[in-house]
Amino acid sequence: MNIQTGKPAPRIARRSPGPDGEGIITLAALAVGGQGGGVLTNWIVEVAEENGWLAQSTSVAGVAQRTGATIYYVEMCRDTGRQPVFALSPAPGDVDILMASELVEAGRAVMRGFVTPGRTTLIASTHRIPAVSEKIAPGDGRTDSSAVIKAMGIAADHVVAFDLEALAKESGTVISATLLGALAGSNALPFPRESYEEVIRRSGKTAEASLRGFRRAYDCATGAAPPPQPLAEDKAKPALAVPAKLKKPWQALEARLHTLPTEVQEMARLGLQKVVDYQDIAYGAEYLDMIKQIDALDHAPFDMTIAAAKYCARALCYDDILRVADLKTRSSRFRRIRAEIGTTDAQLLRLTEYFHPRFEEFTTTLPRRLGRWLQNKPGIAAFYTRHFDKGRRIRSSSLGGFLALWVVSTLRPWRRSLLRHETEMAHVRDWFTTVLRLARTDRALAAEVLANYRLIKGYSDTHMRGLSKFARVMGSLSMLEGRADAADWMRRLRTAALADEKGKALDGALTTVASFAKPG
Amino acid sequence: MAERSFAKEVKKLKMGAGETFRGEGILAVTKALLENGVGYVGGYQGSPISHLMDVLADAQEILGELGVHFEASANEATATAMLAASVHYPIRGAVTFKSTVGTNVASDALANLASGGVTGGALIIVGEDYGEGSSIMQERTHAFAMKSQVWLLDPRPNLPSIVKAVGDGFELSEASNTPVMLQMRIRSCHVYGQFTASNNRPPSMTVSEALENPRRDLTRIVLPPATYLHEEEKLTRRWPAAERFILERGINERFGDPASRIGIILQGGMYNTLIRALNRLGLASIYGDTQIDMLCLNAVYPLVEGQILDFCEGKDAVLIVEEGQPNFIEQAIGHMLYKAGARVILQGKGMLPMGGEYNGQVLVDALGLFLETHAPELLPVAKQAVNEPATPIPDISAKLPSRPPGFCTGCPERPIFAATKLVQEELGPHHISSDIGCHLFSIMPPFDIGATTMGYGLGPASAAALRNKDPKGKRSISFVGDGGFWHNGLTSSIGNAVFNKNDGVIVIVDNFYSSATGGQDILSSRADNPTKTTQNPIIDAVKGMGVNWVRQIDRTYDVTLMRDTMKEALASDAEGPKVIIASSECMLNKQRREKPLLARAARDGKRVVKPRFGVDEDICTGDHACMRLSGCPSLSVKDTGDPLRDDPVASIDQSCVGCGNCGEVADAAVLCPSFWQAELVSNPTRGESRLARFAQRIITRLQARREASRIVFQ
Repeated sequence: MNIQTGKPAPRIARRSPGPDGEGIITLAALAVGGQGGGVLTNWIVEVAEENGWLAQSTSVAGVAQRTGATIYYVEMCRDTGRQPVFALSPAPGDVDILMASELVEAGRAVMRGFVTPGRTTLIASTHRIPAVSEKIAPGDGRTDSSAVIKAMGIAADHVVAFDLEALAKESGTVISATLLGALAGSNALPFPRESYEEVIRRSGKTAEASLRGFRRAYDCATGAAPPPQPLAEDKAKPALAVPAKLKKPWQALEARLHTLPTEVQEMARLGLQKVVDYQDIAYGAEYLDMIKQIDALDHAPFDMTIAAAKYCARALCYDDILRVADLKTRSSRFRRIRAEIGTTDAQLLRLTEYFHPRFEEFTTTLPRRLGRWLQNKPGIAAFYTRHFDKGRRIRSSSLGGFLALWVVSTLRPWRRSLLRHETEMAHVRDWFTTVLRLARTDRALAAEVLANYRLIKGYSDTHMRGLSKFARVMGSLSMLEGRADAADWMRRLRTAALADEKGKALDGALTTVASFAKPG
Repeated sequence: MAERSFAKEVKKLKMGAGETFRGEGILAVTKALLENGVGYVGGYQGSPISHLMDVLADAQEILGELGVHFEASANEATATAMLAASVHYPIRGAVTFKSTVGTNVASDALANLASGGVTGGALIIVGEDYGEGSSIMQERTHAFAMKSQVWLLDPRPNLPSIVKAVGDGFELSEASNTPVMLQMRIRSCHVYGQFTASNNRPPSMTVSEALENPRRDLTRIVLPPATYLHEEEKLTRRWPAAERFILERGINERFGDPASRIGIILQGGMYNTLIRALNRLGLASIYGDTQIDMLCLNAVYPLVEGQILDFCEGKDAVLIVEEGQPNFIEQAIGHMLYKAGARVILQGKGMLPMGGEYNGQVLVDALGLFLETHAPELLPVAKQAVNEPATPIPDISAKLPSRPPGFCTGCPERPIFAATKLVQEELGPHHISSDIGCHLFSIMPPFDIGATTMGYGLGPASAAALRNKDPKGKRSISFVGDGGFWHNGLTSSIGNAVFNKNDGVIVIVDNFYSSATGGQDILSSRADNPTKTTQNPIIDAVKGMGVNWVRQIDRTYDVTLMRDTMKEALASDAEGPKVIIASSECMLNKQRREKPLLARAARDGKRVVKPRFGVDEDICTGDHACMRLSGCPSLSVKDTGDPLRDDPVASIDQSCVGCGNCGEVADAAVLCPSFWQAELVSNPTRGESRLARFAQRIITRLQARREASRIVFQ
């Protein structure tokens, strides 16, 4: 880091070539720790030496080992018999080839001045490795990739960018191999493809996989093959299986979907499937009744009804132990995990589930009255906490563990009579009544209030925190209702609520709202 | 066991005269030590000189053949004290550590060593951790050289120059009876290049021979009145001898045209960057040919006054290129010029930034300004003004999340800090003192734990003042690693807390290695090491120091136990420090050790269990509470592709090592039940297989029955 001295813009000065026109080529590689940046650098040096060039590389290795971002740097020059003076670190405006093993690192290179218009070939993988700060937001904290891609296009002379990580995975290798392939295919270095392959071949027992990855990336970079398509989820969408005796009532429900506006049907179908999978046909009908009520107050483009289709499904399918036990004992789940782990027939797969049911979960999974009665018995609560409130490891692949979960999951037909259902539905009713009231006067606001159900998620403390954030955001209605910008502010409040765990951003946003809006 | 095996590099150490050595700068130094007849080597590992230590550790055989003694020192003070062997005996010795943190620790020994002076060449190779990628405070080694009056070499950053500096350093040390520091900048340690090797040379006297023929010279011992003589000797004999050597041997190099009206005086380490800047300004060829007169100081301390004045003679202006602050060289040269009544204009800081790394652009800008001011006729017209229209590049810096280093996948230290976070959520925030080591990553998100870090092994010591009058009130929590503990924490932190009846909670993070510096063994390492004594339990040392309240936790991944133990420590009535030793093997080293063994066992038909974690994405609600308590690189977010869901869900990738932290955290913090642990059993026993098949049959039947009677996703 340099101390900023408020100086004028940096002087643009390009390297002068040697007496025979030989020039130094500079190459910087930005990588995230563990991506094999050192291997890549060694390969590049070897390729240069293989072609009779002189090369020098440097790095700051300590940081890379611990998942931080780091820079590798290579300089190379045709061997004329004299040793050129190679620099030891990349300088802004002085980099010919910039390689980035991840999209944000490419953006960082651009911001650091390592990508110069009219000069730098930028070779980047477009996949993302979210930083910790992006992962810990209670909502979606990931950065906007499109801005980075746009800046890359402006800053670089020539861009070779596609998902090199996906190519590496496809080829059973790591990204250093595909990066090298993209470098070779970019033609930014005056070395023949064969010399790269020769160097990889010498690299030991993983050479075959590395070569596969190298060739795939090479072809994509030259345009001989199409680059991998962005993030096509490889798994098939789960299909809804309907047993013969339920075909008829299900078809009746499906028929009701067609009475909804075309714009809404897609979302409503997904919602209906989810709700029926969660509980039963009758639950599906209740769901459609809710959508219908909103639809009656809406008109094109039906944003409010689409929001209702999405969030009513969410609200009806609350997360409870029954649901967890149901999902964890499905045959499709066992198949999915086997595929994910890559189990062969000769191997055994043992599965362990982590549960921690507290007194609250226990009582709310009981019939209404019993549950409420127990909740008012502090002695029993203390007894439970002392003896049962601890983590439970359930081996769901063993008979005993599976049966324990299975028994809980068979309670599903009685869900409506459980205490949790009563609480959840009271909450949903309150919310939905508010939505219906708002829908008559401010459809945009109603749609935002529907979307507020996004705030309620998780189990135990997380769930409580979600409920409280939801309540606080909803509490602002009295200040916002009737304002032209009410929907906009409601959206902002929700976004703020999702920004951090403790709700600091929400506090700020609520203070702002209070500053201009008088409580109604 | 170090992180890397250096078997290949060790072979390079055997190269003979005329062979071409290719490798990193720090390996070249290692080879140069052997070529220069070094008798003993010590040091304390740390970036960027760790490789020197690790290579020598792997090279015991060749060292034995040559009669060279090598040891990994307990800390930098120990390493420097080791050079005492060169005080009376004509044996060349070298020690290495990172600077300036290591130099700080070494200061006491350095001062004593420098006072008495040396007979055999004594070389201190310091890995200067300054500039981009540095992990420490930004200070200068130069200050230590000046205050102890030892000489400081800063060679040009190419392998032949660095190798030459090792030989020069020994000779300079012997010629002036003064220890010499060889400064290796972070990038020259890791620079890959080549040089022509020479034969290795056995030491002229071995340490064994010294022991058999002990010597003693009262005038070399630091005790009055000898100390006063030492001071005088430094100024009247050793310093002039050093200057003479530097001049006669041409240690400092002159480049360019001596008749040039302007000149540049630079630290040797800045040479390559400076030549590149001149080249970009059209004033140097790629081979370094230039008209600009340059004095390249490969020895930056002491400066030879005559050489400096001679260089400045007849010049209009001289620029000093000196990285770091204070600008000792510039001040010294200014002083020389002023006293000599010189009229030359001295430039340095001002045209160059006060601090920070001098990279290419910084030097281009400063040189451009210097030339425009003092020799505009030299600057090619094309370089005088901005000649290319700048393309406006959108500012996306706000969209680029920073990526500081963090805990590795499966790190056993992560659950310790997850537990600490949970304790604070329950009992409120506490004052937490951190320490140097991997565990310092706890100050970063998602843990955000720790208020200060004062030095290696000083975590608990830095909480010493924070004593609560109220015995029931909040206590400090402090951390120290096993590396820091043995480095000096045992006395400075634990002993101090016991002696002063400090009631704070001390957590010793024991991961079986000095992990942050590359996984070297230490006293409490569990591995068998043929040349070291390991397996000395920390708990015995702590109890021996007088700690009464000690808890040993042998599986840090047990977040619940970790949390409850911390709470117990914070509430305990016991007097004195409450020490928790949290032990689990560094995962990076564990994987390196176990992976090949397990793979072989599986191939040989032995029963092998491989754990991995996963997430049921239907159950995960996308709140990411697990990530706020973990931050594991293998635990990340992904899109579900389900239009009904807004937020990305948790997902665990192939790199998961199945440490168990995810499940433990979900349990301790009562998060969601979406985590599963899979154990893949290769070569299961027969009974096991039969039982599994039986269970599977019933499970399949139950599933089929239920799925036939309901509408369900499949």
